[in-house]
Amino acid sequence: MEKNRRVSTPETPRYQFETPGVRMAVLTYLEAIRQGIWEEMERDPSVFLLGEDIGVLGGAFKVTAGMLEKFGAERVIDTPISESAIAGAAIGAALMGMRPVAEMQFMDFIACGFDQIVNMAAKMHYRWGPAVPIVIRGPSGAGVHGGPYHSQSNEMWFVHTPGLKVVMPATAYDAKGLIKSAIRDDNPVIFYEHKFLYRRIKEEVPEGDYVVPLGKAAVRREGNDVAVITYGAMVWTALEAAELLDQEGISLEVVDLRTLLPYDEEAVLGSVRKCNKVILLHEDTRTGGMAGELAALIAERAFEDLDGPIVRITGPDTPVPFSPPLEEYFLPNARKVIDAARKLAKY
Amino acid sequence: MPKTKTIRSGSEQTGIPPAALERMLYYLKLTREAESRIEQVLYRQGKIVGGVYIGRGQEAIGVGSALQLIEGDVVLPSHRDFSSFLIRGFSLADMFANWMGRADTPTRGRDNTLHIGNMKLGIIPIISPLGGTCPVACGVAMVLKWRKQGNVALVHLGEGTTSVGQVHEAMNMAGVMKLPVIFIVNNNGYAFSTPVEKQFPVKNLSARGPAYGMPGKTIDGNDVLVVYRAVGQAIARARRGEGPSFLECKTFRMTGHSAHDAAEYVPARLLESWAKKDPVQRLEKHLLSKRIMTRQGIADLDRRIQVEIDAAVADAEARPLPQGESALEGVYCEPECWWGNHRSQERVAQTRCGCESAAFDVK
Repeated sequence: MEKNRRVSTPETPRYQFETPGVRMAVLTYLEAIRQGIWEEMERDPSVFLLGEDIGVLGGAFKVTAGMLEKFGAERVIDTPISESAIAGAAIGAALMGMRPVAEMQFMDFIACGFDQIVNMAAKMHYRWGPAVPIVIRGPSGAGVHGGPYHSQSNEMWFVHTPGLKVVMPATAYDAKGLIKSAIRDDNPVIFYEHKFLYRRIKEEVPEGDYVVPLGKAAVRREGNDVAVITYGAMVWTALEAAELLDQEGISLEVVDLRTLLPYDEEAVLGSVRKCNKVILLHEDTRTGGMAGELAALIAERAFEDLDGPIVRITGPDTPVPFSPPLEEYFLPNARKVIDAARKLAKY
Repeated sequence: MPKTKTIRSGSEQTGIPPAALERMLYYLKLTREAESRIEQVLYRQGKIVGGVYIGRGQEAIGVGSALQLIEGDVVLPSHRDFSSFLIRGFSLADMFANWMGRADTPTRGRDNTLHIGNMKLGIIPIISPLGGTCPVACGVAMVLKWRKQGNVALVHLGEGTTSVGQVHEAMNMAGVMKLPVIFIVNNNGYAFSTPVEKQFPVKNLSARGPAYGMPGKTIDGNDVLVVYRAVGQAIARARRGEGPSFLECKTFRMTGHSAHDAAEYVPARLLESWAKKDPVQRLEKHLLSKRIMTRQGIADLDRRIQVEIDAAVADAEARPLPQGESALEGVYCEPECWWGNHRSQERVAQTRCGCESAAFDVK
């Protein structure tokens, strides 16, 4: 079962921080999110949390552990099992000047609060002008044998909704910097955390305040032959493939979108123009996935720069199955990226 | 233990000062006449396009409740509570112009009917999948509770909307958290074409209040004085920190669901019997019988209202239509954003993004 594990924890952090004297701590992806929320709650009294089991329990994954004790029951609110009421109450509080951060216990359950997010929050500013600064965050993605309702990557439900912002960090550094940006943003932000990365990714993260801007992609590895545009846990899959392909003399450039709506068109086009070949990689299912959107962008604006077909590597058009062999089959992995890159390199 | 109560009549001994009663009559009539102008004139002239949903026959509910709100309270009206918008401070011209899709309006032409909001005025509009405002009211009420200023949130919904899951989630949350929110059901007999007996299996919806840990009352929604008293009690309770209430106001929809619905499915006898309980006429009679107003005074009021409506229509019609390409603006709230710039001209309270929000000084 473990032979195709798709995430390699990097041995050394890939990020260099120029500021001398900044203290660094090794944090997991999950701890980085917690630290980001914690610091925002300390610096801004209008930030508060609501969700199921987030207070006394500290959340199903313990993202909010310790917050009830630190910030009190008025700012860390355990709610009934009511995703619509959670999302709607967040919107109402935001209209009153607050900055609520609502947790979905699993992002699969966000479907129960869909109307509030796509019809109420997303359109409100456009319709009559108020700021709706809410964050709806929670764990998504497969790889933990969670079955069809604890494994989905449903980010495209919201990428297709104007007015929302959709974010998915891949690194611990980004997880902290992006959750801070999301909380400070004046728009509704849907913040996808990849549950497979929660405790598997560890890296040095600066203590104290910094933000990662929404809407900006990051080049995780520079390369010349094939650009891999991806996000979330698949960033690590792409990096794993890049490491192995490097030995064959095929150089992958790995682009982490970080924000899916609005996404960084120029970063995508820049890497395509540089490598002239592109793989679009995501865990989400194929039809209507982000890869299709990126393929259209590239075809419209970088057609002349392409030296080979646009390749998509995605989950198949199925629900996420439970049993390990089925789930493993469902998930893209480094082997699939390597095979595709080898073929593309020959063009 | 909360109890379900039924109140049927209460026009006597109101304790409401005469000036307040006259104000009620003014808003009842203004609402009736403004909506009639919309439905029977402006819509037919093609000056108003799109859906037209009005609240003829049920004006007492909006008037009897919104008149009791104070600064800092927030109302989330239904699509048949035109009066709430006027009472909270929207101008009649703004309302007409918004229905006409004009540029210089509270929605800049982006949304129609009563989908009009303004946090400075404490008014949050519906979205068309009804019921969505109930959870939002809970969030508003949470913040009002933290502020400890005794403010309340008041959310209106139709009896059909009580079948929506979000309403139950919101009532439950309000009950659990003891939020200062009042759920007011305008039970007008029909949800589009669906009569109440196909909508819910209980005689009185007020039975649902105690089920969520709050008092439930069923009242005569066509008697503005009854509404005023019952809503007043619920508001007082919420201001004291005793939590939410649920009020069912029985009334009747004296129009189709919308201007394009002839409502042939509504038996004529129902319309006839409810016409006798018309809320405007009832208050008028009350004021005459108590000698608070004279026939001449009422005739003067009617004339004044027509003049006011004429002026507002003229104002609305003089406003320009939006430029097509402005459809691209204001999707996101960003620093220096489109809405922020627009709002700044209106001297509305600003957040750091420049957009309106209820001013909240966090202590």
